[in-house]
Amino acid sequence: MALLEVKNLKKNFGTTEVLKGISFSLNEGEVLTIIGNSGSGKTTLLRCLNSLERADSGEIIVDGKVLFDGGTVAKKQESADEKLRFGMVFQNFNLFPHLNILRNITLASEIKAKKTLKIGYNIINGEKLGIKAARKKKKELKRNLFGAIETRAYELLDRVGLKDKAKAYPCQLSGGQQQRVAIARALALDPEILCFDEPTSALDPELTGEVLKVIKGLKGCDTTMIVVTHEMNFARNASDKIIFMSDGVIEEEGTPEEVFGNPKSEKTKAFIKQQE
Amino acid sequence: MNFGQILAQLAEGFGLTILLFIITLALAIPLGLVVSFCSMSAFKPLKYLTKGFIWVIRGTPLMLQIIVVSFVPSIVFNLPNKSIAGFFGTSMANVNFLFCVIAFVINYAAYFAEIFRGGIESISVGQYEASAVLGLNKRQTYRYVILPQVVKRTVAPVGNEVITLVKDTSLARVIGVVEIIKSAQNIVNLTVNIMPLFYAGAFYLIFNGVLTIILGRIEKKLDYYKI
Ligand SMILES: Nc1ncnc2c1ncn2[C@@H]1O[C@H](COP(=O)(O)OP(=O)(O)O)[C@@H](O)[C@H]1O
Ligand SMILES: [Mg+2]
Repeated sequence: MALLEVKNLKKNFGTTEVLKGISFSLNEGEVLTIIGNSGSGKTTLLRCLNSLERADSGEIIVDGKVLFDGGTVAKKQESADEKLRFGMVFQNFNLFPHLNILRNITLASEIKAKKTLKIGYNIINGEKLGIKAARKKKKELKRNLFGAIETRAYELLDRVGLKDKAKAYPCQLSGGQQQRVAIARALALDPEILCFDEPTSALDPELTGEVLKVIKGLKGCDTTMIVVTHEMNFARNASDKIIFMSDGVIEEEGTPEEVFGNPKSEKTKAFIKQQE
Repeated sequence: MNFGQILAQLAEGFGLTILLFIITLALAIPLGLVVSFCSMSAFKPLKYLTKGFIWVIRGTPLMLQIIVVSFVPSIVFNLPNKSIAGFFGTSMANVNFLFCVIAFVINYAAYFAEIFRGGIESISVGQYEASAVLGLNKRQTYRYVILPQVVKRTVAPVGNEVITLVKDTSLARVIGVVEIIKSAQNIVNLTVNIMPLFYAGAFYLIFNGVLTIILGRIEKKLDYYKI
């Protein structure tokens, strides 16, 4: 069964129909690249998946679990102890400027861990140890929990090649470095599907390569990804599946070979030609 | 009166001034934050009520507000100020000081609210969205992402208000609170020596000088990142 299933997703902004019924599915570990002209609804689609926008109707199913069914209840994508379904990397990075790189990556995990810590403390309290022993055990628990989060953050920083920048602040990094941190931050919570919205569009051309390389590197790690991009080489070489969107519909979808090698729709042909 | 005696006399006014300053600051900043959230509320009646309140408070002199507050119990609730003093077993001077605190806190909360609102609204929507996709709820987003950045953005205008507050404390005398200028004036009337007024002036200068240094330190401490 597919990891992600999107069925007939629709979204209007006022009277403009932005998504006119989007359906697709994605298997675990696959990379889906979405291409299309600006204004075709790519960002809106990602935002609906990430619950930043509420679709009007349709279904979003991850791992057999209905996250959205267009009904009155749009389920929160994450209720505290539940696993994070979607991660998102923005065009403008959106790092937290007041936190250093390490804290940018650990913040969300630490906030989550505080809940676990509380539960752990209650268990320790129930054990009726002496005050001193209990305090020691609590300290240890805290150290283990937060230590693991930090270790993981350093691993991720290593993966995006920025281990030496752990204590720097976002304003001290180049755009490409900031985007790599944003990727590490998104990965820290182990989302099942990681979405990228034009991750290199805000970067100088010489910096796009390092970011694309990191994204390609994730492919080997079983990360399921949805990448919106105008980088046609990336789309061609790194994706398992391509969707071409036009005016809020999926105009064409298939493997890179099918979409680039033998496009069926005239619109797809025109788009590819214009990109070259 | 020698110098030591004058200073001892001034100390009373000095104490009241500092007390009014500290209490106002300690209460008006948190209250201002609450008011700023009310003024941005999605619940329209609350939002417009709060905006109206801020408009009235910022649009009228603090002196008028102090006087109005002092008349509220006796005229609106038919509770003479004397009976309030009696009820709490305290002096009229203390009751008047309490009125001043109330008026100052309300007034400064309105100013702080506007500063905080500006600070909060200046944070980009991307910060909220990044927090949301990381699974932070609204409270956590404000606590860990938005407010720390607001502090940095508002420390300069808040500092200006703090300095203004030091000087505004002199308005407390309109309902008979013997703040430092009033107590200096009392001594001048008694001794026909103008120096106490200069001492009062020196007090303001030194107090504000210290505050300026502290505020500068805070700004510098928050300078570890650029926006
Ligand atoms: N919040 C919004 N309010 C109104 N219209 C919007 C909003 N967001 C996007 N749109 C409109 O939806 C359409 C698709 O936008 P978008 O999803 O950003 O496209 P893309 O990412 O493919 O460029 C555009 O016409 C845009 O103007
Ligand atoms: Mg877009």
